[in-house]
Amino acid sequence: MDTKNIKVAGFGGQGVMMFGQILAYSATKDEINGLWFPSYGPETRGGTANCSVIVSEKQINSPVFKNADHLIAFNLPSLDKFKDHIVENGLILYNSSLVEEKINQEGAVVVGVPVNDIATELGNLKVANMVMMGAYLELTHLFSDETIEAIVKKILGEKKANLFEINKQALDAGKDYVRKLGVNYA
Amino acid sequence: MLEVKYEKSKGLTDTKLSYCPGCAHGIVHKLVAEALVELDILDRAIAIASVGCSVFSYQFFNCDAQQAPHGRACALATGAKRVLPDNIIFTYQGDGDLASIGIAETIHAANRGENITVIFINNAIYGMTGGQMAPTSLIGQKTTTSQDGRNQPNHGNPIKISEMFATIEGVAYLERVSVYDPKHVLNAKKAIKKAFQYQKENRGFTMIEVVSTCPVNWGMTPVDAMKWAKSDMEPVFPLGIFKDKGAE
Amino acid sequence: MARVLMKGNEAIALAAIKGGVDAFYGYPITPQNEIPEYLSKHLLANGKVFLQSESEVSAINMVYGAAGAGKRVMTSSSSPGIALKQEGISYIAAAELPCVIVSVMRGGPGLGGIQPSQADYYQATRGGGNGDYQLIVYAPESIQEAVDVMKDSFNIADYYRNPVMVLVDGLIGQMMESVDFDYPVKERKLPEKDWATNGIINHPGRRNVANSLYLDPALLEQHNFKLQAKYNQIKKNETRFELVNFDNPEYVIVAYGTMARICRSAIEMLKKDGIEVGMIRPITLFPYPEKAFDQIPKKAKGILTCELSMGQMLDDVLIANNGRHKVGFFGRTGGMVPDPEEIVDAIKSFNERVVK
Repeated sequence: MDTKNIKVAGFGGQGVMMFGQILAYSATKDEINGLWFPSYGPETRGGTANCSVIVSEKQINSPVFKNADHLIAFNLPSLDKFKDHIVENGLILYNSSLVEEKINQEGAVVVGVPVNDIATELGNLKVANMVMMGAYLELTHLFSDETIEAIVKKILGEKKANLFEINKQALDAGKDYVRKLGVNYA
Repeated sequence: MLEVKYEKSKGLTDTKLSYCPGCAHGIVHKLVAEALVELDILDRAIAIASVGCSVFSYQFFNCDAQQAPHGRACALATGAKRVLPDNIIFTYQGDGDLASIGIAETIHAANRGENITVIFINNAIYGMTGGQMAPTSLIGQKTTTSQDGRNQPNHGNPIKISEMFATIEGVAYLERVSVYDPKHVLNAKKAIKKAFQYQKENRGFTMIEVVSTCPVNWGMTPVDAMKWAKSDMEPVFPLGIFKDKGAE
Repeated sequence: MARVLMKGNEAIALAAIKGGVDAFYGYPITPQNEIPEYLSKHLLANGKVFLQSESEVSAINMVYGAAGAGKRVMTSSSSPGIALKQEGISYIAAAELPCVIVSVMRGGPGLGGIQPSQADYYQATRGGGNGDYQLIVYAPESIQEAVDVMKDSFNIADYYRNPVMVLVDGLIGQMMESVDFDYPVKERKLPEKDWATNGIINHPGRRNVANSLYLDPALLEQHNFKLQAKYNQIKKNETRFELVNFDNPEYVIVAYGTMARICRSAIEMLKKDGIEVGMIRPITLFPYPEKAFDQIPKKAKGILTCELSMGQMLDDVLIANNGRHKVGFFGRTGGMVPDPEEIVDAIKSFNERVVK
């Protein structure tokens, strides 16, 4: 696997940071290198939040990158802010529940997934980020179901173990949606 | 047959004291040293010297010692006591060190109820630097930085440390004493000993404020200085026990 | 323990525990708060000391007290907080007491900002405290290296009876990386702490004093000579650096910490463009790896110093280079972090960046 530079962005509270951390935790579990870096400080409170993730089989050098291989945007401001900073043939995955207009970005594969609607249908809006995760993994095959599920279990811990099922359903729903779209990326 | 009538306390080293004639530091040093010896805690005592005339106290007390930056004695004492809870740790500070630059460190050590003892020498002036106004200088008192006398509108009132610290929950024992006559010296000894006894018993923060003298910078003879401590300082800084958790 | 993903600040805190820290004293400031937060939980649970002080000034003096008592003690802070600690740091260095200070740099001057910066190089290597003293300063570039350095730091501090500073920028503090805590620490034969002010009961027949006051100038000069001899030993024994891509570099970058990692990526990009660029990466900032500069090939076109500041390490580069090569500078500051492409451009426009 080549080094992947990933930008995840959205409103605070959409699970943006957690999305990024799950990728970094998964890299560590698979014994490759993972790096997660949040935008930190007052700006994350109530406003937009973003984090950078790098996963690589090689040593990770710069923790910052100009252009991402993959952008995961949970809202329109995030999409506007980062969509021009994508590598050639990069991936833009966005939350089409909150972005109504049709998004086109030259040189990039753009996929919209209505993660809020799908999560609401599942009965818990909070798992929208896991719907996105399912969609993302279906497109990139970055990590196996086994790895991701192990990390989600670990993060939920014993206290929230009962939430694993809905998270799993969310992952599957995201995958299903992308499969039905018939988009091939990786 | 010669009989030993008086011996220097084993709690003091043989180093010659650096204090001026008529200064009460020497008396208080002796009282602290005697208390440490009588309570059998000298060998586990750590003195924290401050900045001011008593800066050399680390050479005088016959125990381990640390020399603190100006005002920070209670922070050093806290740091040491937290890692050495079985040792006896005391600071020896003047009014500039404790009541001015180090008041934050002192208040917070008291508020945490640090199990340390503070010997606070209040002589209403900066001695070592040459007689500048202290936070405890009296209204009307002439110093090199209040040459027409301290006045309230410009300098504020003398700060009353014992009254202030009496309100702090973590304080276990707090007494203001003086050493201007033998009777008061004996009482001061009792107070200092009690403070160390409380520390031995892990009761919390203890402080003895000593109304002291500075004949050189007050421009007085040693005898007049002792009189002034009684006549002018004591009305502003009344003696007495401000807090005693053991008596409650 | 296998590799784990951890936030830099928390990894530094855990490494301190593995390094044997007995006590932590500190005051909250962003972006280092996860260090005291982690330690408050794990030190107290293990019967060790954690205390949130009333100020940074107080914190460093609590460190002084506990270091004097012979314990392994640390504090952590960020730029304005480290500024407040300078007084105590000077005293601790003067009294020859060991301790570890973690400095997580943010943008300055003044209250500045909370984003990553390297603008406290002077503060770490020149100090804001008074007098001729030096800290041993480590500048790790990754969480792994921060952990390795941190684990070793108490040994180094004890060995030399000198404060050690672990200097990182906010990015290393805030990011998460895979890290392994099991790398062995270099073994050192540590001298007994027979100087500790822990009561005569623990060293009968001798008074121990922690002190920095020498009113006799002749004695104070002697004390300074003694300190200087120690710093010279440290220079001889503890200088650490890494040479990157140094086979036959056309240009040489000098960078430390996060900036060095950004430059690593830039060096790979430049290689694709047919430009070979090497890097001297100081791991210790004091002692500074001056000897590394002797390895720069004579025909190299120049040295580019890259920092997250307006040019502070630049002084040491100029001293180490000693007029041999052209020296240029590239810096971003205030919390702005460049991407590798900016370093690529800086190398390509080296001639415009020459300062001397």
